[in-house]
Amino acid sequence: MSRIDGKSLWLHWAVLIVLFALNFLLPEYHRGVVTRVLLLAVFAMGYNLTFGYTGLLSLGHAMFFAAGLYGAGLTIYHLGWSVWPAFGAGLLAGIVLAVVVGFLALRTAGVAFMIVTLMFSQVFYLTTLYFTTYTRGEEGLVLPVPARTLTVAGAEFGLTDPGTRYMTALALFAVVLIATAFLVRSSFGRTLLAIRENEERMRMLGYDVFANKLASMAISGLISAAAGAAYAVLFGYVGSGFASIQYSILPLLWVLLGGAATTLGPLIGTLLTFYVIDTASSYTSAYMLLLGIVLILLILYFPRGIAGTVRERWLPWLP
Amino acid sequence: MTAALTLRQVDCFYGDVQVLHAFSFDLREGEVHCLLGRNGAGKTTTLKTIMGLVPAHAGSIMKGETDLTRLAAHAIPRTGIAYVPQGRQLFTDLTVAENLEIGLMARGKGSATRERVLEFLPALKDRLRQRSGTLSGGEQQMLAIARALCLEPDVLLLDEPTEGLMPSMIARIQDSVAALRNQGVSTVLVEQRVNAVLSVADRVSFMENGRNRETVDVERLRGDPALVRRYVGVG
Repeated sequence: MSRIDGKSLWLHWAVLIVLFALNFLLPEYHRGVVTRVLLLAVFAMGYNLTFGYTGLLSLGHAMFFAAGLYGAGLTIYHLGWSVWPAFGAGLLAGIVLAVVVGFLALRTAGVAFMIVTLMFSQVFYLTTLYFTTYTRGEEGLVLPVPARTLTVAGAEFGLTDPGTRYMTALALFAVVLIATAFLVRSSFGRTLLAIRENEERMRMLGYDVFANKLASMAISGLISAAAGAAYAVLFGYVGSGFASIQYSILPLLWVLLGGAATTLGPLIGTLLTFYVIDTASSYTSAYMLLLGIVLILLILYFPRGIAGTVRERWLPWLP
Repeated sequence: MTAALTLRQVDCFYGDVQVLHAFSFDLREGEVHCLLGRNGAGKTTTLKTIMGLVPAHAGSIMKGETDLTRLAAHAIPRTGIAYVPQGRQLFTDLTVAENLEIGLMARGKGSATRERVLEFLPALKDRLRQRSGTLSGGEQQMLAIARALCLEPDVLLLDEPTEGLMPSMIARIQDSVAALRNQGVSTVLVEQRVNAVLSVADRVSFMENGRNRETVDVERLRGDPALVRRYVGVG
């Protein structure tokens, strides 16, 4: 199968260089916003793998993000773990949950799949509320500042520093972006796209559709959990709100706006939504109304999302 | 002559409706065996049941020592059976080359297989970068056969490969089926066109209401047009 081509690779590097430069150019407030956007864009990239590339409309991805968030947060808060092992615990929680949920939910399809994933996610959400002794429910936990220190090759970096926080988020974003770009152009990525197009066709060619979908869910859960775990250690807060249905709907919105099955769509969608809300809310309390109008306009003029429509109309090489 | 594929007493249902009734037939090694019958006789269902896309409720489908009814649908092509469904079922947004690669990847085949397939169907060589949805009907059928051949099958199931094609393309498809027979590939061919059957098939099974009414050599069919009239209503 075709590898990622030169133009696409350069585009990805250019995006990363611009994001790197923004760390030194953006005012303090916007640097904080973009840090958050980068992490949530990682979450959206994870969601995009299942929804955009595999055609599985999950309404339960909040549980994978929250699994990473709690996996990292609880081990730091209650067990006193340092950042790297806690991050690893978050990843492990996410991938294990994704495999278990995927194994059960992938026996369904279409609307049933949406309902089953939503149901599992709600169970996870209610669990975080039930065990308030450990999670403090909606109020959440604030992680101690000294524990949020990243050690790399003997050097220590305080993750409460805005610059370090931005660069750490960017590093995770860069790794996931490049990995995703290669993954979706690999044989596995092509297989997922073909499964999205027609499962039965793939089955009759000898593909194990279930195993491929499960692998997609597992990788998607891992990426979503990485975003959640990084969110916990970078922003020092772990709360049930991140496991609520809102965080299952948001990545769907981001991916649809940015462009499903495009590598840069999740970033574009997340950034746009954040700034529309941010800008609109400074003028009116009815900012969701403005967001709604923007969404309608985008659906009218960019029916495949921004990157998806640009690819369809002008830049067919866009990944 | 040994059998490449044997169906015995196969029952199959769509919901509560029984489509195949104790259906039996043998595909001999290296033959082209045609299933002929009116619309709704169960020809396509037979192919889908062999491929596990529609479950068999009773009976056996043996390929060598393997009972295909006990395998998952995705495991059946790995036994050496390839299916070219009605309507071609290509990935129309993908190029010709990418469609072939999906076939090659399915069984871990490489460039040597691809070259062999393209030598067999050279018309596709100039179209490799073209989106398969933009090919003509005949070229799409060629590609569907080529994709199936990427699995290097010894049994090929073809569902109405000449449907909607112009005469010159029909002849090319028939030549390809005959050439595959010469390479030792056993083929089950579902056809509506009696002329196409007469020119390429070795034996014919007449299907009616999900049953195999009669299996005859094609020579007998040539000498007895009444047979076709009885089961298909034309001829």
